[in-house]
Amino acid sequence: MNLAPLNPKLFDADIEKTPIRMGFGQGLLQAGEEDHNVVALCADLTESTQMHLFRDKFPKRFTQVGISEQSMASVASGMAAMGRIPFFSSYAMFSPGRNWEQIRTTIAYNHVNAKIIGSHAGISVGPDGGTHQAIEDMGLMRMVPRMIVISPCDSIEAKKATLAMAKYDGPVYMRLAREATPVITTAETPFEIGKAQLFFTPKEGLSVSVGIIATGALVYNAVLAAKKLEAEGVGAKVLNVATVKPLDREMILALATEAGAIVTVEEHQQRGGLGSEVAEFLVRTLPTKQEFIGVDDQFGQTGTQDELIKHYGMDVSAIIAASKKVIAR
Amino acid sequence: MEHLNDEKIRELELHANDVRQTIIEMLIAAGSGHTAGPLDMADIFTLLYFHALHHDPRNPDWPDRDRLILSNGHIAPVLYATMAHAGYFPVEECKTLRKFGSRLQGHPHREWLHGLETSSGPLGSGLSQAVGMSLADRMERGPQSNRFYYCLMGDGELDCGQIWEAAMLAGKEKLHNLIGIVDRNNIQIDGFTEDVIPLEPLKEKWESFGWHVQEIDGHNMEAINDAINEAKAIFNKPSMIIAHTIPGKGVDFTERRFEWHGNPPGKGPGDVVAKDKQGEEALNELRTLRGLIKSEHQ
Repeated sequence: MNLAPLNPKLFDADIEKTPIRMGFGQGLLQAGEEDHNVVALCADLTESTQMHLFRDKFPKRFTQVGISEQSMASVASGMAAMGRIPFFSSYAMFSPGRNWEQIRTTIAYNHVNAKIIGSHAGISVGPDGGTHQAIEDMGLMRMVPRMIVISPCDSIEAKKATLAMAKYDGPVYMRLAREATPVITTAETPFEIGKAQLFFTPKEGLSVSVGIIATGALVYNAVLAAKKLEAEGVGAKVLNVATVKPLDREMILALATEAGAIVTVEEHQQRGGLGSEVAEFLVRTLPTKQEFIGVDDQFGQTGTQDELIKHYGMDVSAIIAASKKVIAR
Repeated sequence: MEHLNDEKIRELELHANDVRQTIIEMLIAAGSGHTAGPLDMADIFTLLYFHALHHDPRNPDWPDRDRLILSNGHIAPVLYATMAHAGYFPVEECKTLRKFGSRLQGHPHREWLHGLETSSGPLGSGLSQAVGMSLADRMERGPQSNRFYYCLMGDGELDCGQIWEAAMLAGKEKLHNLIGIVDRNNIQIDGFTEDVIPLEPLKEKWESFGWHVQEIDGHNMEAINDAINEAKAIFNKPSMIIAHTIPGKGVDFTERRFEWHGNPPGKGPGDVVAKDKQGEEALNELRTLRGLIKSEHQ
């Protein structure tokens, strides 16, 4: 298990921050340049989902469907049946939130090559409030057979994921965060669908007593928590799980074997997301103590990103506390 | 596109009768499934598969084929029966409908049966898919494409909001090669459509969404053919054909009764023909053309 190359300024206070969705917009543009079959659809959120870059370059391959997320999923299915590679975007609350059945039947069951982009996922959309905070989307998509679920940790990873999605033949869901997020990775950090990466390992001489398995924007908090735990003499490894489904079972099993205790970290309901995927796997292979960082069966509310992440127990201190708790259990 | 002469009309009507017999036989064998819709769409499916569609049953993947999207997947028996009679697979296989391991899934699945363009069942999604196909076609071939995209819908499923989302997009995009056909049989599971939730004025609804709309008798081969020809000739607009049909058409005791929407012969209302005689009676009616043919030799 080798440490992935990361931004050397990872622990600096002035680390560069970019919205994850920006990486998607750049990735889609490049995917469109590389393959003329790549097409895009949006439901009246073209700029905020960053699809405007593609639309402006390839207007004939872009379709504005209006606020019609249900139809958009099935229109994409029809395009895919004709050999196009459609990416369709909206806020995660509406797609896959509103059009789950269309995605299940006309895309996954029908087995066509369409890509679902759920932007503004998680609680960090903040002031918009609970109606717009999609914290069930990974669970909804994880349940659907054949669906790949991707949750990138920063804009660079989102770009790589978008390019990988365009080359993968089959349905994929990717969730994106709205707010500026620290850029953890670099162009050299490996990305492959289905592979997890080691993002933090404690200094030599410190044994690993907890494995932190994180996804999305909260990977940054997980790495900061591991660094602070190290300073307190507690060894933690951090895995970045960009592909929530299928899980990188080899890496998860190796980490559980080494650490004997796991904390999962996600900006999502504790029920149904990454924590569930990890628990469902480990309980069948190597039952391991586990704590869940995520929203505990509640809806969100209005507030700033930092206020909400703290309130719902997903900040650095909450990850540290969960780590100590799971070690002590 | 040729006009239908009397001989051709007669030939198509006989094909439709064969399709209806197969529908009854497959429903009897399955012991479950829908009767009214499949019987009332037999004439339209026959006209499409035996005359209007640009297709090749021996080469279902032919890229230049027209696409037929069945949106109301529950009328699968008429799709399967017509495809079998048209040569996509052996007619005998129709009796495997709804059985474990059968290619003829209760509602159609693209991956199970070669020649199906999509998988459907949950209502209201087909038109969006046909719109997507037509848009993709235009991206590839430009606005002069002569491939046509047919979407067959039930009238009950026009209750679904998604239909009107797709209708707006098709109107906006002026998809000339998109042809919708609504089975206007006036029934759905819970009763008559105008009692469940009124659809009228239906023609004006579609027109206001930017469609060219025709209303026809869905059992008249000439009318169906003429409407399709006109739809193909309309430039700069998608076309909708509202086909007025008689639910359960072809068998006296199943006609015009919403109770036959979701029941096979043997399980329908027993007030006219006893349940245990329904299958036999329906087949007898069709085989003898309602008593007009008295013996095997006639």
